[in-house]
Amino acid sequence: MVDLSVNLNGLVLKNPVITASGTFGYGSEFDDFIDVSRLGGIILKGITAEPREGNPYPRMAETASGMLNSVGLQNKGIGHFISEIYPVVSEYDTQVILNVNGNNIDDYVKVAGLVSGLGKINAIELNISCPNVKMGGMAFGTVRQSAREVIRAVRNVWNRHLMVKLSPNVTNITEFAVIAEEEGADSVSLINTLLGMAVDSESRRPRLATVTGGLSGPAVKPVALRMVWQVSRAVKIPVVGLGGIMNAADAVEFLIAGASAIQVGTASFIDPDISVRIIDGIGDYCRRHSLSRVTQITGSLEL
Amino acid sequence: MTRQIRDVKVLNNREISKGVFILDLSTGLVDAAIEPGQFVQVKIEGSRETFLRRPFSVHDYDASTGILSLLVQVAGPGSLKLSGAGKGDSLNIVFPLGNSFTLPLNGERVLLVGGGCGVAPLLYLGKRIRKAGIEPQFLLGFRESRSVLETGEYELVGKVSITTEDGSMGEKGFVTQHSVLSVDSFDRIYCCGPEPMMKAVAAYALRTDTWCEVSLEHLMACGFGVCLCCVVDTTAGNLCTCTDGPVFNIKNLKW
Repeated sequence: MVDLSVNLNGLVLKNPVITASGTFGYGSEFDDFIDVSRLGGIILKGITAEPREGNPYPRMAETASGMLNSVGLQNKGIGHFISEIYPVVSEYDTQVILNVNGNNIDDYVKVAGLVSGLGKINAIELNISCPNVKMGGMAFGTVRQSAREVIRAVRNVWNRHLMVKLSPNVTNITEFAVIAEEEGADSVSLINTLLGMAVDSESRRPRLATVTGGLSGPAVKPVALRMVWQVSRAVKIPVVGLGGIMNAADAVEFLIAGASAIQVGTASFIDPDISVRIIDGIGDYCRRHSLSRVTQITGSLEL
Repeated sequence: MTRQIRDVKVLNNREISKGVFILDLSTGLVDAAIEPGQFVQVKIEGSRETFLRRPFSVHDYDASTGILSLLVQVAGPGSLKLSGAGKGDSLNIVFPLGNSFTLPLNGERVLLVGGGCGVAPLLYLGKRIRKAGIEPQFLLGFRESRSVLETGEYELVGKVSITTEDGSMGEKGFVTQHSVLSVDSFDRIYCCGPEPMMKAVAAYALRTDTWCEVSLEHLMACGFGVCLCCVVDTTAGNLCTCTDGPVFNIKNLKW
């Protein structure tokens, strides 16, 4: 029997597979396809203090081995979450993680403060890396001082697990991971989407209404893997890896590169049951390699 | 029925017009409820250009045999690949997705308006309406006679009127100019086709105070309400075409 559980600095997951924010709704969208409670954790669609309508259509462009999106954090706000969604997600036997966003530090602090009253939420993922909002998001996660300030402010009001989601749209991502660690983050997750663009050559128009958007899917996997490897060597806190994971082998590669857990994102759009199949596949990998615990894979890259 | 991921077999694939194919799929299901207006997401394997699934309306469906048909117009790499599927091939689909058309009440007069391959969901809708004892009127618009799809199946279900933009078949002009609209009146209009056509039909329906539902096609990644990419601007804000639609009553759209 393989022990698939992982302990992220006190946050215990029954297995290292978490579904990524913005690709898993609030969980119940997947009830027809999988037993959501089998997952190590689910990270819910990003929440803001106030409701957001998001960006205009078109918000999606398929690209080679991936896709661009510019959804822009459409959500009904933390108030709606607490009254309507929290009671539903509380029923799942998995770690329910809230992805927290804001236009400014006060917004982040407000949401984190309100979530503190929700006993089932053991962790938040601080999103300082969304590329699709004009204010906040990536503006925080790509400037060192802003990143430090927002993490510090949220740390002051949130005493459970704090995961910070890092942007790849920086020169040196390890600097931001170190800042997160210095400010008391319990883990870092990376990567958020890479800022990209698609053009329709016939009409000469951008294929997204916002012109630019976030690239995800297998196209970004080598970049994500490299960053996970770099960050895992730069900080002591656990690293949660994501970016283009489509199957169990991809997931294992991130663990080998130094991730303690992984997130499945865009793949769930195509195969809504892929996250649980990845759990099974990681178990199979452990058995084939005679590993009794999945934690033995983390950081096992042979150089 | 519960949404599911399923491998289905291609029973038949025939080209009914240049670049337009009908694929009959054996779902292996018996008496499963799939409603007119719903759609399936088809995985297109083996190409980096077809990363995402492709959505197709349920063109026809027989619950007793479990055979589900798709109308596929070649428009890009995904539909091109799918058009080459042969008997016995396996396809992976997620279905049934989306809401469905609101069926008419007894004795109501029904108009089904389709444009080009937008006729896709109307055959199954027409069959269900006919089964409920109403003979629907089809009004199908095409660019020219060469692009007119075979109408034999529609004629078994209801009356069929055709328009072509160049007048090479049926009446000349757009569907909204067809004489059937001035001769008859309808209690319900159902419409699917290119957006300018649907907007023109919606404008006609509003002008004549007629109930009208349209089926929208928006770019989507997932098809089950999580990517939030396929939104449409409605009186209730941004809604997902895939789960709140694809069928919308025009009074809820900001057209």
